[in-house]
Amino acid sequence: MTKQKKKNEFLYFALRNKKLRVALSVVLFFLVLAFVGPVLAHNAPFAYVNPMGAEPPSAKYWFGTTFFGQDVFAQFVHGLRATFLVGALAGGLGTLIGILVGFTAGYRGGIVDEILNVLTNIVLVIPTLAVLLIIAAYLQVRSIPMECIFIGFTAWPWAARAIRAQTFSLRAREFVDLARLSGMKDRKLILTEIAPNMLSYLVMTFILQFGGAILNAATLDFIGLGPTNAVSLGLMMQYSVLWGALQLGSWWWFIPPGLAIMAIVGALYVMNVGLDEVFNPKLREM
Amino acid sequence: MSLQVENLTVYYQTLRGDVKALESATFSIQGGEIMGLAGESGCGKTTLGHSLIRLTPPMRFVQGRVQIDGEELPIWDMERMNSFRFKKISIIPQYAMNAMNPTRKVGKMIEELLGSRNVNFKDNLPELKRRLDLVKLQDDVLDMYPIEMSGGMKQRMVMVISTLMNPSLLIADEITSALDVSSQKAVAEMLVEFRDKECCNSAMVISHDISILYQIADSIMIMYAGQLMEKAPTDVIVHCPRHPYTKMLISSLPTVGVRYAEARLAGIPGKPPLLLDPPAGCRFRERCPVAFGKCCEVPPFMEIQSGHFVACWKEFETNAHA
Amino acid sequence: MLTLDGVSKTYKIGTFGGKELHAVSNVSFDVKDGEVVSLIGESGSGKSTIGKMILRLISTTSGQIVFNGVDVSTLQGEDLKKYYHSVQGVFQDPFSSYNPIFKADRVFRIIKDEFFPEMTGPEWSDKLERSLKGVGLNPAHVLNKFPHQLSGGQLQRFLIARALLLDVQFLVADEIISMLDASTRIDVLNLLADLKAGGLSVLFITHDLSLGYYISERAIILHRGRVVEMGSTEKIYYNPLHPYTRMLMACVPRLDKKWEEAEVETKGRRPETRGCVYYERCPIAGKNADCERHNPPLLQAEGDHYVACALSHLGGKA
Repeated sequence: MTKQKKKNEFLYFALRNKKLRVALSVVLFFLVLAFVGPVLAHNAPFAYVNPMGAEPPSAKYWFGTTFFGQDVFAQFVHGLRATFLVGALAGGLGTLIGILVGFTAGYRGGIVDEILNVLTNIVLVIPTLAVLLIIAAYLQVRSIPMECIFIGFTAWPWAARAIRAQTFSLRAREFVDLARLSGMKDRKLILTEIAPNMLSYLVMTFILQFGGAILNAATLDFIGLGPTNAVSLGLMMQYSVLWGALQLGSWWWFIPPGLAIMAIVGALYVMNVGLDEVFNPKLREM
Repeated sequence: MSLQVENLTVYYQTLRGDVKALESATFSIQGGEIMGLAGESGCGKTTLGHSLIRLTPPMRFVQGRVQIDGEELPIWDMERMNSFRFKKISIIPQYAMNAMNPTRKVGKMIEELLGSRNVNFKDNLPELKRRLDLVKLQDDVLDMYPIEMSGGMKQRMVMVISTLMNPSLLIADEITSALDVSSQKAVAEMLVEFRDKECCNSAMVISHDISILYQIADSIMIMYAGQLMEKAPTDVIVHCPRHPYTKMLISSLPTVGVRYAEARLAGIPGKPPLLLDPPAGCRFRERCPVAFGKCCEVPPFMEIQSGHFVACWKEFETNAHA
Repeated sequence: MLTLDGVSKTYKIGTFGGKELHAVSNVSFDVKDGEVVSLIGESGSGKSTIGKMILRLISTTSGQIVFNGVDVSTLQGEDLKKYYHSVQGVFQDPFSSYNPIFKADRVFRIIKDEFFPEMTGPEWSDKLERSLKGVGLNPAHVLNKFPHQLSGGQLQRFLIARALLLDVQFLVADEIISMLDASTRIDVLNLLADLKAGGLSVLFITHDLSLGYYISERAIILHRGRVVEMGSTEKIYYNPLHPYTRMLMACVPRLDKKWEEAEVETKGRRPETRGCVYYERCPIAGKNADCERHNPPLLQAEGDHYVACALSHLGGKA
């Protein structure tokens, strides 16, 4: 079986896997909406378009309007963009740091591993909320990139742990020994021998980080520690609760963002399970 | 007791078609006989061993009949096989000693195992203790965790468990492969003792190591690429084999006493065929030095001398002229 | 060519690294030019550890490894690479020795990139062809394939060809044929013996005594990290002096004779003792205080035959 056939084998199982099909469709749907939506929405997210204030969904305003008369649909699709951006950036940052730390600790072992482990554990137990509150007190204006950086720098330990474990097990394989016997330098070895073997694992780690970052961001936004100058799904939920949507019954303000977050993150996790089955032949059903 | 296998054919289902792992196997094991099943990787010996007791997907039963003590063994029916397993026919799977639950004490594990087969643990405890004695294990091993036991001890433990109900046929799948030389000897000799003390009636010992089989088996059956090649009493197989494959195999084994400088042994050139689409007829014919036209037909597994079966047209020819 | 002098490897195990595991203790032996030496031992004897220390994949805790006059136990960087030009290894599992996502030839590519970067394409193809033919492979049949498309025997030969590309003088063969089929084992073994005739020295690590006997001139028996007997293969096999070697000879299954009635002690896990490594299972030690407390040194018993046993003069009888 050539490399071509192997790729086709993955594709074959990928397409057959129900979990993967369904989950991927859900994520893609929201992704397309995030790209296309802002073009479709007539209004800017923060523009005050409805003098009547909060109104339920209608033909004019697809998702209704907020307490201030803003177009919920416009906010929703712009918020989707922000959410995906945070997911990608923060998730990417977390994965990157996790890769650096994980590979080094897993490959080197010994004292390097010990030190990196201590670092990982420290970051793991930092009470992120408390730190964020302190940071929030110092920063008057917070932006999306800042949020990404913060989430990325606190979410990587999980990725690092997983990658370290995989690297450990791969390092014990004889082809790594053989590469060392060929005088290969460590860095080259990790990049060319170990990492390609873990590609599926790295992809899955990124997906997990992506979903986790979205959740994290939504949580931060909801308790008021989100960006001050943007709109995101979590921020929508915060404003809606802050401005009495629950009391007033303006369900159209907080249900769409909440459902969207749930659907996207849930779909990502299910996608991951499906991918696991695709990549790991032992889990496949015939 | 006796085991009669007729035309047993078992394939493996894969994405690319059926792998013809076992083709028309016909043989029998007499009461009290320890038969060694030998062959190289991919020859079908594990398929044969496992199909007799647990034929699960991806294995697929194609055809054949198996009779044990005159009774039909419904190997294709997992449900009906339940009443035979452990009681009439039992197996020591490969890596069994590593499959013991590390968080359970051995005694508790045995209790649960027997319970699942509707056998009362307490009733059988004295017998269990007697067997442990037989294999030179202390009674207190029942209170140990698997990690406290050495490889040889674990293997003996597994042997005791597998034979607790005095099965007619015990299938031992590579039980000595992962052990030290001294444990190998102990475990192999224990198998013979089990048979002698009637803890099991007969045994099928699967191994790639013919020298171990030489020590303990009464007869040896050689398989290649899913087909039976030769079956004969041990001494005959090792000292005067008739099938070309067996001859070449035996002569390629280094043994103490033979040095390269004195006698350069030869291997068998070529590789076994892929079983997805095996060649017609005798599957050894591409590597066989004496193959001729007729070998494109599958040779039957025939008895050419008392107790000596061979599947080789050339040998039938020679025998006919003898 | 290669001399090991008092080499030891100790691992720290247990919680907080309190206990020590002596994987290899004070092992000394040498391998001459064009010689095949068998390092025989069961699992846990430390034989693979010694192989890896020689290949510098593991560091030594103490002792020296001297190759052609140079102590290699502390080499780094460029010097280490030069060492690898003369010393290479082949390992047990042919399928694990190849990165499964790349083609098998990649191992040759790596050698070219690391050791012969300036060689031109045709020159390299030539060299590769010669190496492959030298191990009995047809280049047209085996190049450009993935590891799972080749057989175990072919993969192991590939690895030997890889070593030959570097014109190695010393090869560490760690159980290289134990995972091969019986019919291909002997071919790879014969190949090693042929290469030895061309001047290659081999450290043949195995647990299988018959293989050791077939191919090597000298043998070293290891037990739990120590050398218990050493000398010319014939002497060791026909006149084993150490109780452990005698036990091995009695227990190894042979095709020419059946097992004797020797009783073998098969107890559970043995703790680390200060005395002789074989004390716990030795049939002739009894309660000998000397064996219990002191580790016997490796002494010459006759010609090329050394034994580490205080009671070897008793000839196996208590």
